[in-house]
Amino acid sequence: MTARVLFDKLWDDHVISTREDGAALLWVDRHYVHEGSHHGFARLAQRGQALTQPGLTYGVADHYVPTRGRDLPIPDADVARMVRTLDDNAQRHGFRLFGLHDPGQGIVHVLGPEQGLTLPGMLVVCGDSHTSTHGALGAYGFGIGATEVAHVLATQTVWQKKPRRMRMVFSGQAGPGVGAKDMALNWIAALGADGARCHAVEYTGSAVRALSVEGRLTLCNLSIEGGARCGMVAPDSVTLDWLKGRPFAPTDWNRAVDIWSQLVSDPGAEFDHEVTFDMATIAPIVTWGISPEDAAPITATIPDPDRLSDPSRAAQVRAALDYMGLTAGRPLDSVTVDQVFIGSCTNARIEDLRAAAAVLAGRRAQVPGMVSPGSSLVKAQAEAEGLDRIFIDAGLDWVASGCSMCVGMNGDLVAPGKRCASTTNRNFRGRQGPGARTHLMSPAMVAAAAVTGRLTDVRPLLQGRMV
Amino acid sequence: MRGWSVEDGLAVGLPLENVDTDQLIPARFMSAPRSAGYGGFLLHDLRQTAGPDFPLNQPQAAGASILIARRNFGGGSSREAAVYALVDAGFRVVIAPSFGDIFASNSVNNGLLPARVTEAATERLLSATPCALRVNLDTLTITGAGDPVAFELDPVWRTKLMNGWDDIDLTASYADRIADFAARRRETAPWVWPDSAGGKAADL
Ligand code: SF4
Repeated sequence: MTARVLFDKLWDDHVISTREDGAALLWVDRHYVHEGSHHGFARLAQRGQALTQPGLTYGVADHYVPTRGRDLPIPDADVARMVRTLDDNAQRHGFRLFGLHDPGQGIVHVLGPEQGLTLPGMLVVCGDSHTSTHGALGAYGFGIGATEVAHVLATQTVWQKKPRRMRMVFSGQAGPGVGAKDMALNWIAALGADGARCHAVEYTGSAVRALSVEGRLTLCNLSIEGGARCGMVAPDSVTLDWLKGRPFAPTDWNRAVDIWSQLVSDPGAEFDHEVTFDMATIAPIVTWGISPEDAAPITATIPDPDRLSDPSRAAQVRAALDYMGLTAGRPLDSVTVDQVFIGSCTNARIEDLRAAAAVLAGRRAQVPGMVSPGSSLVKAQAEAEGLDRIFIDAGLDWVASGCSMCVGMNGDLVAPGKRCASTTNRNFRGRQGPGARTHLMSPAMVAAAAVTGRLTDVRPLLQGRMV
Repeated sequence: MRGWSVEDGLAVGLPLENVDTDQLIPARFMSAPRSAGYGGFLLHDLRQTAGPDFPLNQPQAAGASILIARRNFGGGSSREAAVYALVDAGFRVVIAPSFGDIFASNSVNNGLLPARVTEAATERLLSATPCALRVNLDTLTITGAGDPVAFELDPVWRTKLMNGWDDIDLTASYADRIADFAARRRETAPWVWPDSAGGKAADL
């Protein structure tokens, strides 16, 4: 048997048939749907077809849900309709829905792993690009469009061409205040927002092994921001300890673990591409522009388009600085912010909240801000640990779980021209609201920005604190 | 969906990198049903803030069916609505040096061609716009602006665009193989079906 990388094994385990032209029909183990999946359901209805595997389909109300006044009727008619449509579809097709009032409700990419619905070796899809997140557990997770959502609903399969394989090695050890978000933004800045296009990325190396599952979920989550088709980490004892006892974890645990132990890249197996990053060179990082590739260490200055040799890149930087209201050459840590946001499927798990709270404890935020936990279970856990008090005492709003200000579809928006330090994943123009200016960074760095009112190196603020 | 092999149309340039799907259609428009028509949402906020100079706002751009942009067009979210906006606005072809993966596959599912060309060819085509171009799926070439430009397209996608295939119909012919696979999967990974594996789904 030829040596295979982890991705080859996941691929082979799901191929039903491969056409002569290379397109493969793949089996889908988990299909997550949300309010935004309404186009897919509409297509299914148009064709008069039924959902083929309700037991493998799980619904989540996250993209449009309000984060305040959850016990009241939803005031926005559009949002109310979206949430109702998902309820109706769950009723009609008979799949399990984690609806607005379910104690397990949360953002789909937080909820799936947390419930043990996503497991090693699975093929996971969702009409959401950050489905790459699920790869953190050794799964093959990728986002699909509405036509494909309808296809999965109708057939429980998806057509794919096999991506190329990339290994991304993070060697060495993370310094204080440096985490998964910094690792991810670092590689995206180095390779570009399309740097891993058409590739399945496996993250390896001592710094990846040292990450908790939460950290791995963050790392894999951001794979799509570098254009990767999916990202993954081979399951190990960290993964198994984290998964054991979750509500949907296998009852025949030992047999599952036995099978999952094969989910590693064989020694000698070759990747199409290899990249290595040395953790010694990775500092806390922030974005300054309108693409996740526009990222630099907090100690750097804002780039000067006049010094760039590539005219197309220079034009891009100019447009980005114009939109962001920034001037070239200015130190990043002199940029003041108007507000902060801690939330999203990238950075709103319990560890993320702990990291932010470690910075905020006993301090006051200089700017307003909002903390939206990744799921209702994360919210309950944070409250049990007293983290909510730390955020509230610092002057931040502690709200319910949902996509919230990551995409603003529920009305949680950054006002035009306002600058937000955010733990989310996209600093695109208008992502957090028309005219909004977003700086992406880790939860600890957002907390630091809250404390000083400007982009700030979190490291000095961590001195003498338990992290 | 109708198949096609040649598009003769007006090409307009959008000389930007990283035109992400949030810009192609801002999130707040996506709750509308498709029947509402998505063309008016295309690049909505950019068009509003950039004013009359914006390429798509110019009178010469009216009726364009071919769009040319710089690298990483359609990166970001998986929203197929970004493709609906382009298609409903009359576009058949987008030409760029690279595309977001999910965007490209969504495009093909809606009859929109994501044609990949070199950076140099992109710049040359951009400088010729607005102009009439012919995009030929048979020969994988773009003609009408000096020397013909070759574009890259996955063979699977090419067949699909030319035939206007619908995947669900196509997959129906695999029903037996899918059923066999599902039965095997139940044996080798019963936990995929939490209820039948005795999982605690019911307790939740
Ligand atoms: S939190 Fe943001 S990125 Fe994550 S699923 Fe929701 S909208 Fe998408």
